[in-house]
Formats: sequence, C-alpha cells, structure tokens
Amino acid sequence: MSIGASVKRIEDPRLLTGKGRYVGDIRLPDQCEAVILRSPHAHAKILGINTEKAKNLPDVLMVLTGRDLPPDLPPIPMRLSPDQSLEKALQFPLANEKVRYVGEPVALVVATTRYTAEDAADLIEVLYEPLPAVTNVYQSVQPDTILLHPDMGSNDLFFIHSQKGSVDEQLKKCPYVLEEELYIQRHSGIPMETRGLLAVVEEDGRLTVYGPTKVVHFNRQILARLLGKQPSDIHFVETDVGGGFGPRGEFYPEDYLIPYAALCLKRPVRWIEDRLEHMKATNHSREQKHRVVVGFDETGRIHAVRNEIFVDTGAYIRTHGITVPALTQGMFPGPYDIAALECKTHVVATNKTPVGTYRGPGRFEGTFVRERIIDMVAKKLNLDPTVVRERNLIRPEQMPYSNGISALGEEIEYDSGDFPLLLDTARRAMDWEGFGERKAKARMEGRLIGLGFAMFVEKSGLGPWEYGEVEILENGEVACKTGLADVGQGVKTMLAQICSHQLGIPYSKVHVIHGDTDKVEKGHGSFATRGTVVGGSAVWLASEALKRKMLKVAAERFRLPADELDLKDQCVIQTSNGRNLCTFEAILAECREGGVSLRESFTFSIDHMSYPSGIHAAEVEVDPETGKVTIEKYFIAYDIGRAINPMLVRGQLVGGMAQGLGGTFFEEFRYDENGQLLTGTFMDYLIPSSMEVPDIEVEILEHSPSPLNPLGVKGAGEGGTVAVAPAVANAIMNALNDLNDASLEITSLPIRAEVIRKAIKQEAVRNREVKA
Amino acid sequence: MSQSKMKTVVISVNGVEHTVQVEPRMLLSDVLRDELGLTGTHVGCEHGICGACTVIMDGRPVRSCLVFGVQADRAEILTVEGLAGPDGTLHPLQAAFWEKHGLQCGFCTPGVLISAYHFLKENPHPTRDEIREGISGNLCRCTGYQSIVDAVELAAEWLDRERKSKSGSSTAQTGKEVNV
Repeated sequence: MSIGASVKRIEDPRLLTGKGRYVGDIRLPDQCEAVILRSPHAHAKILGINTEKAKNLPDVLMVLTGRDLPPDLPPIPMRLSPDQSLEKALQFPLANEKVRYVGEPVALVVATTRYTAEDAADLIEVLYEPLPAVTNVYQSVQPDTILLHPDMGSNDLFFIHSQKGSVDEQLKKCPYVLEEELYIQRHSGIPMETRGLLAVVEEDGRLTVYGPTKVVHFNRQILARLLGKQPSDIHFVETDVGGGFGPRGEFYPEDYLIPYAALCLKRPVRWIEDRLEHMKATNHSREQKHRVVVGFDETGRIHAVRNEIFVDTGAYIRTHGITVPALTQGMFPGPYDIAALECKTHVVATNKTPVGTYRGPGRFEGTFVRERIIDMVAKKLNLDPTVVRERNLIRPEQMPYSNGISALGEEIEYDSGDFPLLLDTARRAMDWEGFGERKAKARMEGRLIGLGFAMFVEKSGLGPWEYGEVEILENGEVACKTGLADVGQGVKTMLAQICSHQLGIPYSKVHVIHGDTDKVEKGHGSFATRGTVVGGSAVWLASEALKRKMLKVAAERFRLPADELDLKDQCVIQTSNGRNLCTFEAILAECREGGVSLRESFTFSIDHMSYPSGIHAAEVEVDPETGKVTIEKYFIAYDIGRAINPMLVRGQLVGGMAQGLGGTFFEEFRYDENGQLLTGTFMDYLIPSSMEVPDIEVEILEHSPSPLNPLGVKGAGEGGTVAVAPAVANAIMNALNDLNDASLEITSLPIRAEVIRKAIKQEAVRNREVKA
Repeated sequence: MSQSKMKTVVISVNGVEHTVQVEPRMLLSDVLRDELGLTGTHVGCEHGICGACTVIMDGRPVRSCLVFGVQADRAEILTVEGLAGPDGTLHPLQAAFWEKHGLQCGFCTPGVLISAYHFLKENPHPTRDEIREGISGNLCRCTGYQSIVDAVELAAEWLDRERKSKSGSSTAQTGKEVNV
C-alpha cells in the first residue's frame, strides 16, 4: 500500500552524491559558451551597435544583434491566457530599435570559453538615447506619460472586469464602509540554480536542447515555430533542475537565441545565466496595488467588496499572458461567501523586468489583501477576527460553490472543502482561547506578543489533460512515462508510489521517464500545481488498465472472476480471503506467453480545477526597541483531499512557507526612479536563511477529497506560500493592538522592522505627552 | 589566452592528485567543474552568498567561487563526490538527508552537506539552534531548512553511535531503511 506512505524519495541518492546532471554539468566535444549583453537603460532608443572589436577578439566565434536575426522572426508568443490584443506588447529575442528594461537582451556573444565571451561582451559598443523611464503603475496610466508600446495606444495594456451582484446596491445597505489601498512588492521565485541551456545540432541535422523544463512539449512547439522547423526536428531533454517555482521553464529570449546560435555555428552552444543576470532577466512577479472598498454590518458580516487592482506587468507581456491578473481576481474572494463582488484589474506596463508566475500567483497577493481586510473589519468593530472569519465563511453544505468570478477560462467553482473545520483546527492548535491570558501576562513582563490567522483557498489540477504510460519491462520492473516535469518537487517518487499501489510492487522498481520529447509522446507539464492531480491520475488509470489486463489472465488461469482478484505484495491474491494465488513474475510470464502486451497509456482529461483550502496561523513577539518580529510558533493546516506521500507534502508546505516568509519580510526588487534595479544581488535581495525560517507545525487534512479525479487528490504545492504575509501581519497588529495606536496599519509588503519600531515609538511619545 | 600566461596548479581533490593548466583568473569552482569534471560542486551566485559551491580546502570550508584556482595550488580539497565510501556507501550525513527529506531539487545540497560535514566535526553534539547557525551560510530555496536541521540532527546521532561502536568494529552504520 504505497499511497499514503512517507517513503524516501527515489530521486535522492544521485543528488546526494554529486551525480545529479544539471544543464551546466553537461560537457560535449567542441562545446562553446554564450554570453548575453543586456541593456543598462530602463528605456532608450538604440542608435547603433558596434561589434567589430568584440568580433576581432581571438576565440570569439559569433556576435549577434537584433539586426542579424531573421527579419520575419515573430516575437515570443503567449502560452497561457493568450489574448490577441496583447500581441503588440510581446518581446523579441533581441531588442531592435528600443530597450524597455534594464536587462533586456541586446546582443549575443559566443566564444570558446565563458571567460572570453565575457571579455568580448565588454567590447561591444552600444549607442543609446535614453528616454524617460516609467516605474510606477499610477504614473504609467497618466495620459501624458510616454508609451512603452505606442502601437498599444496606452500603457494600461489590458482590463479584466468580473462581478457578481451589485456592489453599489449592497454598499447602500451597509452601516460600515472601509476603504484601503494595499501594496504587494515585486519579488520572485529565485531558484538556486539559474537558468541554462545547451543546444547541439546532431549529425542527422536534428537539434537537441538540454535544459528546458516545466512545459517541454509546448516550448518545443514555440521554438519550432520561431525557427521555422517542425517540432519533430527538435529534441528537448530535461536535465536535473535546481528549482522551478514558476519563473523557470517558461520560454525566454535565450530559449530562442541559444538554439539559433548552435544552428548557425554547427557547434554545441551552452549558456548559463549568472546570478546577477538572473535577477534582471528572469521573470519577476507579484507587484500589485489593490484599492479596496468593503461594506459590512455590525456583526462583521461582509456584504460587498470592490477591488480595483493595478498589476505592474513590466516592460513586455511574457508567456503567461494575463494568467496572474486573471487568477488574482478569480481567487480573491477566498473562502468567504460575499453577496456582491466586483474586481477590476488593470495590466499596466512599466520599464521594469517583465513579470510572470511565482508560486501562488495572484493568491499570495489577493490573500494578503483579503485577510488583512478581515482583521481591519474586526478591529473596527472590536470583534474577534476569527469570529469575523467564521461569520463570513462558505459553509460545507454550500459545496460545490461558485464564487461568481472567472479565471483561466472558467468560472471558479470550489469542488469541496470544510472551511469552518480549518478555522477550528487552527484555533485549537494555537490555543487561541488561552491566548488572551498569555498575552496579558507577557505584557506584564514588558513583552509584546500577538497571534494572527489567515485563511485561503488554493487551486490545483489545471487541465486540459496529462499523459501517462506504464510498461512492465523484461526484468519485471516498471517504466512509467509522464508528460510532467521534475523541478525538484518529487514527481518521480509520487508517480512511482501511484504505480506501485496499483500493481502491488515496490515503488523502488518503478522508473519514471519525463521531460524528453523523444521518449514521452506528449505532455502538458508541471505548473499550476497540476502534477499529482492530472499527471498522477493519468498514471493511476494507465496502471489500472494494465492491472486489469493481468488480472484477466489470472482469472482464466485460476477460474475465478477477475473482480475477485488483486495485485498485492508482488503476488496475485484473492481479495475475499487474502489467499496468495501466484507471484507477480508468474503472471507476467503467463501474460507474455499469451502475447498480452504489458503496456498501457492513458490521457486523463479534466475540465475543472480542484480547490484545496487551508489556514496559516502565526504567533509573534515584537521587540519594542527595534521593531524586530520573531515568529514563536507557526502553524499550517491544509486540506488536500488525499496525500500520496505526507513527507513530501510537508516538505512542500514548509518550503513554501519559507518563500512566503521571504515575501513577507525580506525580498524586494526595488527600482529607483530611473528604472535601475537596486537589489540585484543576494546582498540586497535577501532570501531567508536557516536563521530566519522557524520550525513549522503542519497538519495535513484529508477531509475533502476532490470528486473530480479518481485519486481524490488536490495539489499541495502552493498552499505553504500564499497566506504567510497576512498571518504574520495580523499577528503583528494583534501584538500592537492594545497600544491603541491607530496610526499603524500594515498595508504594504515587505514588512519592515523600522516601520513597526516607528509606530511603537510614536505611540510611546504620544502616551508621554498625554500623561504630561 | 596564450600558453605562457597559464599557470600550473597541483591540486588534490578527494585524495586524488591532479595537475592542471589554468588561467590565473579562473575560479576554483570552474577548475573543479570544467577542468576536473567534478560537477557535484554547484555554482549558485558567483558572489559568495549562496554557499552552493562550498568545498573543504585544507580542512576549512571555502566558497569555491571566491577562490582562484591558483590559490588552491598544493591544497587538499574535499567535494561532495568525496563523502560516500569507495564502495558507494552513503556517508551518514547523506543517508540522513535521504531519510529526513533534507533536499528537494538538490542543487544547494552539495554545499549544505559540505558545510554540515565540517560543522559536525567542530561540534559533534549540536542543539537545533546551533545546527541552524552552522548551516546559515547556505541558502536553500526548496526545503525551508526544517528537514535539513532534522537531517543534521540525525546524522550527528548516527555519527556519535558510529564513533562509540568504532572500538569494536569499523562498519559504518548509516541508518535504517524505510519499509515500503
């Protein structure tokens, strides 16, 4: 019984012994190295590029500028949520007449070594005419602001509007109306391995590309289109991957440039992004402003919410199209039943790195806004914030529940969930009932402690389909092919457990094959927390079909009905009495003799997403002298329907929390008014270390299985991240609430100690003045 | 780069001596990876923060991205490839990381293992807080560190047991298998 067991990962022994093969680890004969020259300006016209000196440097093989690329080269298309009206804001692999963000590729250099290629890049002379830089969404949408893409007619590139009921009507009936503006800062996934590619033209003329991940089949189609080739002319090979988190694996300018250079040079060309490059070249994410109007009554029941959202999308529309903005508003209502909702989202261009998805896209942002608002409502009414939550939650008997807002082409309909149960679980785990007393006691000792909660609904299992294939090999072991990608999340172990569960063999005998477009016929890939739901179901059903075939043969041999037989512990057993009829090998032999093919494939299609739900709770202590916040206890409860491997689910939640914590306190891509990135190194863009991330208590709930897939699973990948900021912010506000300080309300991220300190100190001054 | 500017470096890695010709500006991380083919040592930031490239040089952990290859002339280096036994038996640290799910993507792992290896030599009986401090020079983006701390704690326990039983036998006890 492998499903549900916390077994060790089959991925690990190679990775632990230095035998992993990441793209930068591959060496091919004659391999050369590429370096990209990037724009130092946020917005400028390119008046001329002189590459002579670079080309004359010994060992330099090639220098390319935008003019050297094919004149009919189209821009990089949208993969998700494509919309024709955005096509004039897409990015070309190399800038032509204009650059629009610091870090935009301007030229490509290939040399025999990386060192020489960098020397050559330094010798390229680019003459720029700087233009005014647009760095703020409000500035960007002003009528007199310079346009990034004049053909679009506006920097307000796209508008999404969705509503349910009449907010204006409901607001008229509400005795209380709250208006707030909240801000989520620009940050991103920052995997420990930067991006990289190695492209090689094989002897038969086919192109092999090592390094793509996430969506290899799809990206192969894009590359084929850009190169004017057939997808079958291209072979993508996914190597080991040092973290995905959203940004990695999308189709970037380099995904065209490196294969193109290899085709021109007929030599293997490798490009490994360096970290400083990564910070300005790879998708940013998250930056949004929310203007919220909330109407509620004296019991804390919220009747109307209007949210006008400004998404800072950066200089170009990248492959995710408008996925993040659409998800932001679609998932904004969270676990609450609100009569009238209206979301208006502007997708706004600025002279900053283009944005894409990052773990919990739209939900990290929306959950911060929504869960802060709940606490603001509670504060206004002087109510227990958990009671305000309780009074607004969707009840289990309302499931399936449609929230009236649509995203990714479908109206959001929660498939199952018990939100009150989550709230009770967290209140109990944190001893909310006894907290008042603990807080008072701490206060007597001069300590400020606070407890905060944040609830959320996640989404998982995006369709339309995934492919799985299961074959029993000559040696009795199993080859399992999947269209999913492995970005470190443990997809091989998960699929091996699913196969093993159906076929009654140890999971260590299952070999998972993925990410190779020659070996795996088709696939959609790993994104949007879809792997276990869609890819897991495909493998489950393929394995089941294979099992049925084998049991049919066994039924004939033992003259028993097939539905009374099962595969367990490497044997065929009779289910009614557990009797062991024959070994797995014996039935394999019988199948082979009878000419039964031991291979099955399944394409699992799914129309609707599944919605896991959860809660985060944080207890913090605030240092009144420094404003520093210490997390004393952190709790996550997450209902994912069913956990294939609880240890891996826990790993996802704890790891996800650490990223959420980075977004709460530390990580920020900050720009100056000229569009220069100020936090482009790990010395100023701070990722949490082991000293900042606390131990986290996780409770995995399997209370609400999804009715939409045969395993009942919902995805576990993003729920650790999305609610950290509001849980911590609510805890800090709770710690400070008896200072009676109305001047501090946490409405923007990251939360800085100096802001908290200042609020505490001002309060102290005010108190002294009152006393005097 | 003309041959005359190349420097000869003799370097012992995981007990094997190598002689390589390198440019003076070549980083130790690039020497290990590109010249010697030891790609277990990873490069995550090239500015000395992330710790993925950590190796032991003459008994002390260094960021191999901040050391020039020529500085490692006549040095003894230990990389992740040198942790397991010659027969492939995992080092107790590696076994504990496997047991406790101390890695996900595995990219930072070699550096974390090397830092933890040195840390446990200096402090064989650490508290959890000391372990957190001991690995704080290594960034991990996947695990949230909790399972890494669990793994180092378990490895310390196993290594301790190994030391105590060493007087009797030299077999390494690297931990139990999880039953499937």
